[in-house]
Amino acid sequence: MRVNFTVNGRPQEADDVWEGESLLYVLRERLGLPGSKNACEQGECGSCTVRLDGVPVCSCLVAAGQVEGREVVTVEGLADFAKQRAEGGCASGACGTSSQNAQGWDAKGSDSQTGEGTELSTIQQAFIDAGAVQCGFCTPGLLVAADEMLERNPNPSDADIREALSGNLCRCTGYEKIMDAVRLAAARQSEAV
Amino acid sequence: MDFLRPASWEEALAAKAEHPTAVPIAGGTDVMVEINFDHRRPEYLLDLNRIGDLCEWEVGEESVRLGASVPYTKIMENLRAELPGLALASHTVASPQIRNRGGVGGNLGTASPAGDAHPALLAAGAEVEVESVRGSRRIPIDAFYTGVKRNALAADELIRAVHVKKADGPQQFSKVGTRNAMVIAVCAFGLALHPETRTVRTGIGSAAPTPVRAKAAEEFLTAALEEGGFWDNGQIITPSVAKQFANLCSAACNPIDDVRGTASYRRHAVGVMARRTLTWTWESYRGARRLTEGAA
Repeated sequence: MRVNFTVNGRPQEADDVWEGESLLYVLRERLGLPGSKNACEQGECGSCTVRLDGVPVCSCLVAAGQVEGREVVTVEGLADFAKQRAEGGCASGACGTSSQNAQGWDAKGSDSQTGEGTELSTIQQAFIDAGAVQCGFCTPGLLVAADEMLERNPNPSDADIREALSGNLCRCTGYEKIMDAVRLAAARQSEAV
Repeated sequence: MDFLRPASWEEALAAKAEHPTAVPIAGGTDVMVEINFDHRRPEYLLDLNRIGDLCEWEVGEESVRLGASVPYTKIMENLRAELPGLALASHTVASPQIRNRGGVGGNLGTASPAGDAHPALLAAGAEVEVESVRGSRRIPIDAFYTGVKRNALAADELIRAVHVKKADGPQQFSKVGTRNAMVIAVCAFGLALHPETRTVRTGIGSAAPTPVRAKAAEEFLTAALEEGGFWDNGQIITPSVAKQFANLCSAACNPIDDVRGTASYRRHAVGVMARRTLTWTWESYRGARRLTEGAA
């Protein structure tokens, strides 16, 4: 079947989609967006977290056919998404992330240590600065989940952060640096306002 | 496989009548796992996401009509006062991502003994509104679960909503698992005090082939509270009464040994949760009583 939906602000069409296929498979294998990670395929790990009509969900548990006509934001579009949010919407109508840019999205920029040279969202920069990325496999899901929490709750308590990220497993960091990163992003966001 | 996308409830009923083997999918948090792991290859998937009124709820005089697809997140955020037991149970479901998708209709459709909503629904008192092209009916929650992952639905029926009695007293929910998130219950327990009728109701999860009530324990406690005049004098419940209640709740279990826990552990834990939830709900009943008396 064919599925038409919006990915990172741009209309996309996926063809020859098998009826039992997940949104995650469509994103990774049909649209060339491997940022959302495929790990447990049962909603246990949160690595595949995307926003579906604004709501964080495990894309491995959304049937592809269910996203027809709906809006998805993946980690590849997160920087642009956060930028538009900060600017109060999309005035020009040319916002979002093109599939070409999304496919080629790279957090490295000119300096792989500091992320300098690439426009990152506050949460992405904070993850780099706080050393919250080790193997990096859980990072995309954590970024999407943490960014959504900061959108709802700009001044989260530690308990709020833990709860918001309770559906995202990380096997490297022990979570402490991730907590640091989210606190850092919250602090930077409130400074910016 | 065919993907059916009805745009309205009527279309969904017609599709289910035409294809009784069609598997309804709403949040997908159970169905997609089975498909991803190749445990299930349904001939038809029946997507219910486009039917908006399944995601709505209505607070009535006596009960809340909760659409089958109202996500757990919305229950936690909006129905804590009316359905405290279910709101607490909803909060223990998996993770935020799962709670944003899953709803009570899926729990009922899957009818797993471990479904988190079941003990709360049993304790509060509820009816499941199901419908087919033949008509609509309401199944009392006590008659809904018929076996391990089996329910009273006919092949052409879909779950439209669940009517849950609004709380007339304190309710609690307790669940045993290895951590605070992403936990399938080792066992779970729901308790609702009903001061208006001076009764109590319970629900036990994951400790029998189906979710069950501990009816002997309910009858014992209802009688003991009445005899001791507890509803009126608001005294602390005698430890021996609490103990007997806990024992009877344990006795209502019919658990198995599995990877999550042994049968004897489950029986024991249900007793502990019964005693604790009784203490919590009774303390809050006493607190509310003191407040109203203080105001008078």
